Amino acid sequence: MQLFGLFKTPQNELEKGGRSPAAQTDIPLTPTKRCPACGAYIPVSQLWENLGVCSCGHHFRPNARQRIHWLTDPASFSEHDPDLESRDLLDFPGYPKKLKNAFLACREKEAVITGTASIGGHPCALFVMEPGFMMGSMGTVVGEKITRLFEFALEKQLPVVGFTVSGGARMQEGTLSLMQMAKVSGAVKRHSDAGLLYITVLTDPTTGGVTASFAMEGDILLAEPGAMIGFAGARVIEQTTNKKLPDGFQRAEFLLEHGFVDLIVPRTRQRETLSLLLDAHERPVK
Amino acid sequence: MGIAYEKVQAARMKGRPTSLSYIQQIFTDFIELHGDRRFADDPAVAGGIAWLRGAPVTVIGIEKGASTKEHIRRNFGAPSPEGYRKALRLMKQAEKFQRPVICFVDTAGAHCGVGAEERGQGLAIAENLMEMMTLRTPILSVFIGEGGSGGALALAVADRVLMLENAVYSVISPEGCASILWKDPKKVREAADCLNMTADDMRRLGIADSIVTETGRDLPAIAQELELALSRELECLCALPVSLLLEQRYARFRGFGRLE
Ligand SMILES: [Zn+2]
Repeated sequence: MQLFGLFKTPQNELEKGGRSPAAQTDIPLTPTKRCPACGAYIPVSQLWENLGVCSCGHHFRPNARQRIHWLTDPASFSEHDPDLESRDLLDFPGYPKKLKNAFLACREKEAVITGTASIGGHPCALFVMEPGFMMGSMGTVVGEKITRLFEFALEKQLPVVGFTVSGGARMQEGTLSLMQMAKVSGAVKRHSDAGLLYITVLTDPTTGGVTASFAMEGDILLAEPGAMIGFAGARVIEQTTNKKLPDGFQRAEFLLEHGFVDLIVPRTRQRETLSLLLDAHERPVK
Repeated sequence: MGIAYEKVQAARMKGRPTSLSYIQQIFTDFIELHGDRRFADDPAVAGGIAWLRGAPVTVIGIEKGASTKEHIRRNFGAPSPEGYRKALRLMKQAEKFQRPVICFVDTAGAHCGVGAEERGQGLAIAENLMEMMTLRTPILSVFIGEGGSGGALALAVADRVLMLENAVYSVISPEGCASILWKDPKKVREAADCLNMTADDMRRLGIADSIVTETGRDLPAIAQELELALSRELECLCALPVSLLLEQRYARFRGFGRLE
């Protein structure tokens, strides 16, 4: 299994881990990561086995392939539209280079992976957003892939499970990225009107145009512990209101308290929870 | 270079007619209906029933307010979740009584604040996008000034989009774009150009259907042309069977960024 590059690039020296003398003398060749919540150094292999969750409960941010691997039944995932790539539709300065760097950073062609899979034996259509690709920003390809997935799921009468992580709409595609919010919402609505199930799992961070469209449109909204979920960025709100934000503002727990998510589900329980929910909504095959 | 930013400045200009001034000019009567029936009445959105050439329509406008006092009361036209929920309530009412919906868009964006987040700003916008897509009555949107991101789109999932010559429509403000992308808030002119946010850009991209000239015209003249354009569009749309209307609305948005 490929361990390199599974998690986001370390932000600073401290986050790189492997600095503790004990770790260096006892297990010198084991790469570790430092938990930003509790400060513990965790061997990467151990973190991997525990689905990227520290013993203190902190959820590290995995990439989309990793989530698919953890979540779906072995060899059940079949990818849709793997070759759709963004184009620089508006000749936006620096965008082609950004796209190239995003690919090099995560080896994905776009900020979402879509396909079909089974979870605990239950077939579903699945999309998982990729934080390594321009922080999951939504441009025309993200909109197109998710729209196609909902249209496919409608045709095949499949439920949709979606994992969101996004900084919002992709400004390099201008108003066309804004239109993706409406486009996807239209496909979600048709799928929903046909009596089909859509479950979203909101992960850290889910913001902006994705929050204001398909992230919030599920029949059932699950969230990962501690995930930042909101429409406006916390820093923007702080700047405009000039007030300190309440503790835990826009965290999953805050949304639960205010009635905007159904349940917070730790990553280690997601497979089981999704499997049960899919089971509860299973329909006889036509 | 810089023409786009001049449009942005014109769209934001103090004293520019607001939604209510157009509503009063275009329609023969306007009965305002308040409240979202959930939490509050958001003054940043005004809506109700009005008559267009003798026929009742539902009119909804994002309202910035005409005086300093009104700017503040109406939160400078930045709607809260209640504003979007009021708009949706009035749209559902229009659907029930088979009235067309006419929306006026003029906002820098949905309100950014603790209360707006606590009451589900993202969800409020998302629900409008979903519900408008299948609302069984014609929807027209007119951009009269700023069209700021999701906060504008929540009143613009429409069968036809009309824009005034100096109106703009963008995923982010040029200021926001310049500071995020180039860490230089002074590059607003470049940002406005790059974002493709003018009415001409919108027509080229198929996001707007027609543009109403402002240059050399006063408010009554612009309103008169709008009245004509709205009546003409409604005449076509009301003649369509609802299923076809909804099919065309879906196809309109489905087509943005369709890839082979
Ligand atoms: Zn920890």
